[in-house]
This record gives sequence, structure tokens and C-alpha cells, in this order.
Amino acid sequence: MPKAPHFLVHEVEDTVGVVVVEDATSGRNLEGWLMAKDSTLKLKSKSDIPLGHKIALGNIKKGDTITKYGHDIGKAIANIPKGGHVHVHNVKTKRW
Amino acid sequence: MAAKKKVKTKKVVVPKLVEDAPLYIPEPEYLPVRKRGKPTFTGYRRENGRVGVRNHVVILPLDDLSNAACEAVANNIKGTLAIPHPYGRLQFGEDLELHFRTLIGTGTNANVAAVIVIGIESSWTQRVVDGIAKSGKPVAGYAIEQNGDHKVIWAASRQAKEFLHWASEKQREVCSVDELWVSVKCGESDTTSGLASNPTVGNFIDKMDAWGATTCFGETSEITGAEMVCQTRGKTKAAGEKFMKTWQAYMDEVIEPFKTSDLSDSQPTKGNIEGGLTTIEEKAFGNLEKIGKKTKYVDVLEPAVEPSKGKGLYFMDTSSAAAECVTLQAAAGFVVHLFPTGQGNVVGNPIEPVIKLTANPRTVRTMREHIDFDCSGILRREMNFDQAGDGLIDITMRTCNGRLTAAEGLGQRQFVLTKLYRSA
Repeated sequence: MPKAPHFLVHEVEDTVGVVVVEDATSGRNLEGWLMAKDSTLKLKSKSDIPLGHKIALGNIKKGDTITKYGHDIGKAIANIPKGGHVHVHNVKTKRW
Repeated sequence: MAAKKKVKTKKVVVPKLVEDAPLYIPEPEYLPVRKRGKPTFTGYRRENGRVGVRNHVVILPLDDLSNAACEAVANNIKGTLAIPHPYGRLQFGEDLELHFRTLIGTGTNANVAAVIVIGIESSWTQRVVDGIAKSGKPVAGYAIEQNGDHKVIWAASRQAKEFLHWASEKQREVCSVDELWVSVKCGESDTTSGLASNPTVGNFIDKMDAWGATTCFGETSEITGAEMVCQTRGKTKAAGEKFMKTWQAYMDEVIEPFKTSDLSDSQPTKGNIEGGLTTIEEKAFGNLEKIGKKTKYVDVLEPAVEPSKGKGLYFMDTSSAAAECVTLQAAAGFVVHLFPTGQGNVVGNPIEPVIKLTANPRTVRTMREHIDFDCSGILRREMNFDQAGDGLIDITMRTCNGRLTAAEGLGQRQFVLTKLYRSA
């Protein structure tokens, strides 16, 4: 059995994953599970990311669309580095 | 004389401190469920051909004033079930229609063998009795005005006892899964819901849909953020447009007139944000994971309306409050419910068994007594969605066969009628 992942990713086109451990601290080498393909991703965290919060799978530029579940969940309002914490401080809905 | 069977015994120690008591879980003895391929279950086939998985004799109040009499009857006749609620007086228009539809639908549900209706006066009571009688099942009604509680309790108890004897001789028979009606709704969601427990339900729905089951999801308000994608999940263009119209009506008629601030402050909630959800879209797409990857809905239902366009998935216009939603789905004829939860909602329903699943390992630990199916292994990559979906099919079939759910064991029986506006 593969070892327990640090973060999960739903779909191939997703640009973020979700951290599922309590110790995803800055600078750690993390392993992710891309569930749609049952494959493993590797990533270094750029900040402390709490359990249940999102991590950037690549470099995200200000204005870029954030994709999760294969869908548009909002846009970046700041540049986010690969492995960075993705949340309300750098992502907003496009709705209002 | 038959030889005495040698039994396997187990040493049971009475613990000094109850918190140290080990949990004795006997080996489950249930009909084997085929995890792969189309399963079967044993259910009660009713007069109208519909299949139930429970066999209740329900004592149904028309209104708040009749709750005490109903509870007295259920106390007199053990094994019957009173389902009290707070409404039924001075309602009018669409709200009154929904009230009747919910009561009649609840009595008509195939999990119910027979019904006693008690109301304050005879004409509305008669209307509910007539509605339930259309299903072909035994039903009787009593009115309190000019009789009083004592006489009504006597007459209704006498009748309830006959219904109980009759119902208790009903036998289960093997039924095909395409005769099963399953509803879904999530609650107290957190990031583990969208990550794992909702997609587990989605995997279940994709498989059940292919086998011809009838399924239902709702929660009009919680789809906000994913409504455009939900529209595309309609089987026909008309179904998708009907969904959009229903959602828009909710926004225009409920949110607009009653909101006190922009939704941006309440969706996602502060708790959702703390847990890692960032936008309303993210929350809504996590919710929508419950309908699987490929299943499309056949039609859009008014609250508590029975599906009429054949087998498949239906969307029902419901509140996102757990008990209100499940009550409406049960009234539409759904006989077993799947309820994924994150932080641990404890909801149940008097007539429709509610199966709880969670992927949150802390909830499994702290609220064990409420959880029927633990899919937290997904977060540890110990199971994938296909395996979790099969596990959920297994526990659902066992529940249909008679295994009581956590909510049934705990007596969680929220019967919560949806009220559209204040009474006259």
C-alpha cells in the first residue's frame, strides 16, 4: 500500500491540492495523491499550511483562475508560488 | 434428542471504570452483499408496488393540537410510532398544499405499513386520510373536536393494535436494487466532505444510477456558486432550465427580500473558512460531488413531490437544513438516506433510515456512536473512491435488509415540516 499522502488532488486539471496532515510546515517535502489518476505528486511547501487548507501545485500569477474539482472556484488576487498557501488572503470569488 | 451445539464463548469482564470498558462488537451476521455487480436486498412490497425497507405503523398528527393524542396512542400500543410536529393550523395557499403533500407523502412512503391520522377537526383529517388511502394501505382517521382526547385515544389505540398485528406479519422479500429509492444530503460539512465523503456518495450514485435505482439530491441554496455546472447536469435541456428557474426563484423570492447583507459574508461561513474553504464556488462544487461524475438528473421536483419520470436521479427544491430536507425527501417516497458529514451532524428521520458517513478521522473518534460508515481511509490513501463507494453500497444494502442505523438506535427522529410563510 502506498504511504499516507500529505495532500490530495482531485482532478488532473486542478491547480491546487488540499493538505490532509497537521504538520505541513514551511520547507517540507510533501507527497500528494492525484486521485483521478491514482498517481503521486511531489512538492515542497513554501509556508505553513493547516490541515484542510489548499496548496498551490504550480506558480500561480495574479488574475489566474484557481481550479479545483476540475472547476473554476475563483481567481488569484496576488502571485502565489508553487507550494504556497492558497486561501482568502490571495484568492477571491469572481462573483462579487 | 438433538445433540447440544458447542458454542464459542467469550470472557466478559465488568470494568471498574466505564471509560476503560472495551467495546464488544459481535461479528456481523448479515446476508452477503455482492460488492461487485448489481446487488439485491430484502424489502416490504406494498399494495401500490413500491418497496420499503422498514415496516412502521405511524400515528400521524394533522396539526400541533393532535400531538398529545398521537403520543398517547403510541404509548398504549408498543411498536407504533407517533411523529409529532408543530404545524397545521391556519395555513393557506401554497404553504397549506405543501403541508398536506408532506403528511400524505409521509403516510404513503413504502417504509410505512399502515397509518392512523388524528386531527383537531374532521375535514382536513379526512383529506389526509383520503390522500394516504390512494396508496392502498390501511389507514384510519379520528377528529378531536366534540370527542375529546380520551375517546379519540381509545378508538385510535383500538385500531392501531389491529394495524400492528397485521403489519407485524408482513414478510420481507428479495427485491432488485432498481426498486430502491435513495436520497442524499450532506451536513456540518468541512473540507473532508468535499475531499472524500461527498465523492464517496457520488461513486455510489454513479453505480446505482447505472443499475436503475431512483435517487434524489436537493439543497437549492447550497448549490449557489455551482449553479451553472448543475444546470449542465440535467439529462435534457428542459431539466437543466427547470433547475436554473428553481434556483433563480429561490434567489429572487427568499434571498433578495430577506437578506440583511451580501451573501459574501456568510458563504462560505466563518467555520468553513477556518477549515480551509475559500470561496462559495469551492463549497458548492464540494457539495455537488455527491451526484457523482456522470449521473444526470431526469427532472426537478417541487418539495415533497414524488418523481414521475421513471428511474434515475432527481433534484428537489429543498432547504439546506438537514431535517427539513430529509423530511421532504421521505415524503416524496425515498426509503433510505445517505448523509455525509464532516464535523458531525446527528440528524435522523422517523420513517426513513439515515446512514451517516464521514471522512473526518476526528469525528469518527469523538462521535463514533453517530457514524455508520467510516471512509477516513481515503485521506490516508488506504482506500480509493471505488472501494469507498462499494463499502457504502454494502452498508446501505445491510441497512435495507434491516440493520438499524446509528440515528435509529439513538432515537434521532426529526420530523420537520417546511413552512413557506407565516400562517393567517
